[in-house]
Amino acid sequence: MSSRKSKSNNLIHAEYLSQVQGILRERFCHQSPHSNLFGVQVQYKHLIELLKRTAIHGESNSVLIIGPRGSGKTTLINHALKELMEVEEVSENVLQVHLNGLLQINDKIALKEITRQLNLENVVGDKVFGSFAENLSFLLEALKKGDRSSSCPVIFILDEFDLFAHHKNQTLLYNLFDISQSAQTPLAVIGLTCRLDILELLEKRVKSRFSHRQIHLMNSFGFPQYLKIFKEQLSLPAEFPDKIFTERWNENVQGLTEDRSVREVLQKHFNLNKNLRSLHMLLMLALNRVTTSHPFMTAADLMEANQLCSMDSKANIVHGLSVLEICLIIAMKHLNDIYEEEPFNFQMVYNEFQKFVQRKAHSVYNFEKPVVMKAFEHLQQLELIRPVERTSVNTQREYQLMKLLLDNTQIMNALQKYPNCPTDVRQWATSSLSWL
Amino acid sequence: GDDDENPYVAKLVELFEDDSELHSKKRARVQWFIRFCEVPASKRHLLGREPAAQEIFWYDYPACNSNISAETIIDHVQVVALGPDEVIPVDVRNEETLFVKLSWNEKTFRPLSPELFAEFDRPQESSPRCQKPVGAKTKGLGSPSSTTAEHAIKRIESRHSTSKFRQTPSHLVTPKAKKRLELGGFPRTPSTRISQQNSGTLLDSPRRSKRKVAFSEITSPTKRSQPDGLHTSSPALKALQKTGEIQSSCAADDKKASPNCHRILRTRVPALKTTEISEERRLTPTRGGTSSAVPSVVLKPDSIKKREAEEPEAPEEPTSTPHRIRRKSSVLTLNRIRQQLRFLGNSKSDQEEEEFLPAAEISDSGSEEEETPTPTLSRRTSSQVSKDPCSSMKSSLQTPSKTPKKTPKPGTPRHAPPQTRSRNQAAQEPASMLEEARLRLHVSAVPESLPCREQEFQNIYNFVESKLLDRTGGCMYISGVPGTGKTATVHEVIRCLQQAAQANDLPPFQYIEVNGMKLTEPHQVYVQILQKLTGQKATANHAAELLAKRFLTRKSSQESTVLLVDELDLLWTQKQDVLYNLFDWPAHREARLVVLTIANTMDLPERIMMNRVSSRLGLTRMSFQPYTHSQLQQILTCRLKHVKAFEDDAIQLVARKVAALSGDARRCLDICRRATEICEFSCQKPDSPGLVTVTHLLQAVDEMFSSSYITAIKNSSVLEQSFLRAILAEFRRSGLEEATFQQVYTQHVALCRMEGLPYPTMSETMAVCSHLGSCRLLLVEPSRNDLLLRVRLNVSQDDVLYAL
Repeated sequence: MSSRKSKSNNLIHAEYLSQVQGILRERFCHQSPHSNLFGVQVQYKHLIELLKRTAIHGESNSVLIIGPRGSGKTTLINHALKELMEVEEVSENVLQVHLNGLLQINDKIALKEITRQLNLENVVGDKVFGSFAENLSFLLEALKKGDRSSSCPVIFILDEFDLFAHHKNQTLLYNLFDISQSAQTPLAVIGLTCRLDILELLEKRVKSRFSHRQIHLMNSFGFPQYLKIFKEQLSLPAEFPDKIFTERWNENVQGLTEDRSVREVLQKHFNLNKNLRSLHMLLMLALNRVTTSHPFMTAADLMEANQLCSMDSKANIVHGLSVLEICLIIAMKHLNDIYEEEPFNFQMVYNEFQKFVQRKAHSVYNFEKPVVMKAFEHLQQLELIRPVERTSVNTQREYQLMKLLLDNTQIMNALQKYPNCPTDVRQWATSSLSWL
Repeated sequence: GDDDENPYVAKLVELFEDDSELHSKKRARVQWFIRFCEVPASKRHLLGREPAAQEIFWYDYPACNSNISAETIIDHVQVVALGPDEVIPVDVRNEETLFVKLSWNEKTFRPLSPELFAEFDRPQESSPRCQKPVGAKTKGLGSPSSTTAEHAIKRIESRHSTSKFRQTPSHLVTPKAKKRLELGGFPRTPSTRISQQNSGTLLDSPRRSKRKVAFSEITSPTKRSQPDGLHTSSPALKALQKTGEIQSSCAADDKKASPNCHRILRTRVPALKTTEISEERRLTPTRGGTSSAVPSVVLKPDSIKKREAEEPEAPEEPTSTPHRIRRKSSVLTLNRIRQQLRFLGNSKSDQEEEEFLPAAEISDSGSEEEETPTPTLSRRTSSQVSKDPCSSMKSSLQTPSKTPKKTPKPGTPRHAPPQTRSRNQAAQEPASMLEEARLRLHVSAVPESLPCREQEFQNIYNFVESKLLDRTGGCMYISGVPGTGKTATVHEVIRCLQQAAQANDLPPFQYIEVNGMKLTEPHQVYVQILQKLTGQKATANHAAELLAKRFLTRKSSQESTVLLVDELDLLWTQKQDVLYNLFDWPAHREARLVVLTIANTMDLPERIMMNRVSSRLGLTRMSFQPYTHSQLQQILTCRLKHVKAFEDDAIQLVARKVAALSGDARRCLDICRRATEICEFSCQKPDSPGLVTVTHLLQAVDEMFSSSYITAIKNSSVLEQSFLRAILAEFRRSGLEEATFQQVYTQHVALCRMEGLPYPTMSETMAVCSHLGSCRLLLVEPSRNDLLLRVRLNVSQDDVLYAL
């Protein structure tokens, strides 16, 4: 009886949990304009005022939103656009053009994209016809015809703005800024970039036309606020169907924020990276551990997730290497110690390895040279070693100069965790002279 | 004034015309007088006596806008300065005479200072000077006419003994002739009608008064109350001795005066100093004094007739262009002067021969006209500076007035798109000062004029105009850093030329504009030119052929072409064939092509062009200097006319800041625009618009120019900061400005251990490094290099240390 009850309970839980995961994943993965903004109220106000002036008064503007990756630039502009579109008189009268520097890699493509998004006359279906030059003059003509009072304001959003600055002659930027500085169709040019030196990338005539408005997003919050964000991000909204479950979930989250180990984890994460995207990453990993049998997130989940986040990827690769490969890496490490980071070649490594095998090794089989060569090449494929630049292709493989891409500490740490590592190898690793 | 009975009274200090713009705005700089009824009631008791009906006060308050539009001048009045202890004359026959006795500076009444007193007379010194520098004579003329008899005599003597006398009447005539012209241009309002009539009478008054000087001094030394040198001829005997000579010279004077005045008319309004008018003012008391005399009665019908004659012509004037108005109006004035002379002749019957002189003048006036703009402008600017301290001081004091009195705001900006009409009405309300200021400050707002670029404007204008008139071609190279008004000036020139062409003063021409930045590649310029020229579409090569054919073969009826090439440097190609063609075509006489090229660098022809190209470009070069702070200030004040949104200090600050940085006018405007937003944002109370203060501007400047590196470092995470520290430590250790990631990592681990931070793994540190690299706090190689990637700081080490 009771088991059946608990089973039905479980079923309800399962249903809720999938909903919870749906909500939270949506929150973590999408830069949805529904979530709250943190600590950027001033910037938001600036941006929204600017957009409104363009949309309502027809005043042309240009602005750059600058901030490190994950600082919420896109979220900010999405929020602002959403609010703008809610204004009744604006929603019908504003055109938006979204461009991304990673997609529109040159002005030709960008122009076609603009034309398509503006739905100008030369668009047939989803395709734009005409040569680059024709497109440019067509678009410029179209934008020039408008004036402040009668034509529809256009909001240009240029994601990865710095990449547009690398286009030839910066034609697109020049023209956009030029229109925004002359009495033509009202434009708002909004650039998103993470480069602080963006203005130096602009050519001086382009720079002069840019209004020099910059909105900086700096993640300028402290740890207490970070905790608050953490809590807010995990909490379920009041609209969640089951009140009791919501209450319990939120209580649990509250408990988590007060937990010492959770705070430690968060502090560590905060020290590493302040941006919200990495926090989302962490929470996502923790959320994935929530199941019907384990319906509420615990401190352990978070710690686990943190460990996953902060894992050293190369040490992990080393764990999966064969003993021979480990031996080669140790040989390289010794060579590095002896020759002070000078590059080495296969022959040197092989000699070093031979010395070890002949004098000291008991458990390591003396492989033949081609086998060692194969292992060496495998290491190169894993990019644990890489050839020194400027080496000619002609040199024989054995004598190609290489460098090790592992730090001593990394090797030692990896060895410690390496499963079933022979003792003599471990000893050899600690001291290059141990065979003497 | 806001009420019709009591218009504001002001002394015209300067009257000039901004001829570089579409609608010729006649501007006048004035010294305001204030009526007693305008003095706040709470202050009235300070006067301590009943004011006389016609008494006004020298308004000594710098915040008041002294720059008004000439359209707003509705009437002439006479202002007579009275000594503090003189009684106001009771028998004022002339309604328009007002008396200044005290100055009013918002707080107290004070007797007029002697300087101000002198100022009423001083302008006459400068007025002849601005026409011809005649030192000694001017002094004799302009000696502040104190009440001593000797002065009066000396003046008369000096006048008639030298040829100066001939010039004086001409000066006196012109201001009024011009004045009347301007007023005649606006015949719609009744008030200007009146003033037309007035000015009509005034037009004659100087010459008349000249003669009357003689008359009055013989007949009646009537009004001696005015401290005016003219009337203080107590030794009437001496005056009598001179009169004969004066009269005799009068006839001769008038003859010579007319050519004189024509010449001046051609140089026209920009140079017009109302100091001349004030001279008239000084003289008019005579007329007032002898207003019962015959001549003024005779003149009345004259002026009425003249007004009638004007009226059919008047409506044309506003429509015609500023430059052409010059020619047209000079003809008009000639006619009028002829008329007037005829009337004079009727009344005096001794001047018939004068009619021929102006008639002869008309014929060659047209040809001389082209040269005039330059001298006038330069003279205007120079004389503006060299003017009496009062006006130069005032020009620097110019502030957007808080009460743009009777000024019908010229070109009030249309607000916003139609779909948002309701919103805009709301925006018109209190905060609208800032809103409007912002609108005017937008770079796209077409300014009423382009201040500080008059010289360049004239040069370009003259160049193109001469080429058009000669039906030849030519090239001009214009350089200057961005934001110095190159393109704007050329556009202005073209607009003026097009208006001139419409008015048939110039042969018609075709104007084409191409911008190197708006082309995908240099050869497209042919396509663009051809399309704009003929509407044909062709490929680049074909277009080049067609254009060459068009420009190099003779067609008799072909009109000239003006081609503006902006951002010339982008038309550079390996073979330079585009540039070569552009500069080669104008060299052919049949082409009739004028090419204006604009680029940023001054030495572009030497740097990137081959010899054969740069030689064809020729040496007609012009470089636009970056704006100085005073010019920027002038630009701002010009744009903010009538909008009191900025503190004076704030404007000066931004002008100086920008001038020190780049001299880019766009920057200046953008900063101000941002400052208005900050101001609006900071003072939330909607009913107090508030001025933009220095703090707001400083904030805006900071926002735009301050480097964000330091804030970025301050706001970066703990590990990022310690990574930066590790880099510094590594740099210090190695003595190099570059380190590999591995080296820095070792340092970083050591640092973390010291500070008790958990051990950072390699991956974490790499993430930190690339994060810093993406912000460009660090310069890093592509991360493919992994441990070996080289790291370099993009900020100075001191900055990092400061921020940490």
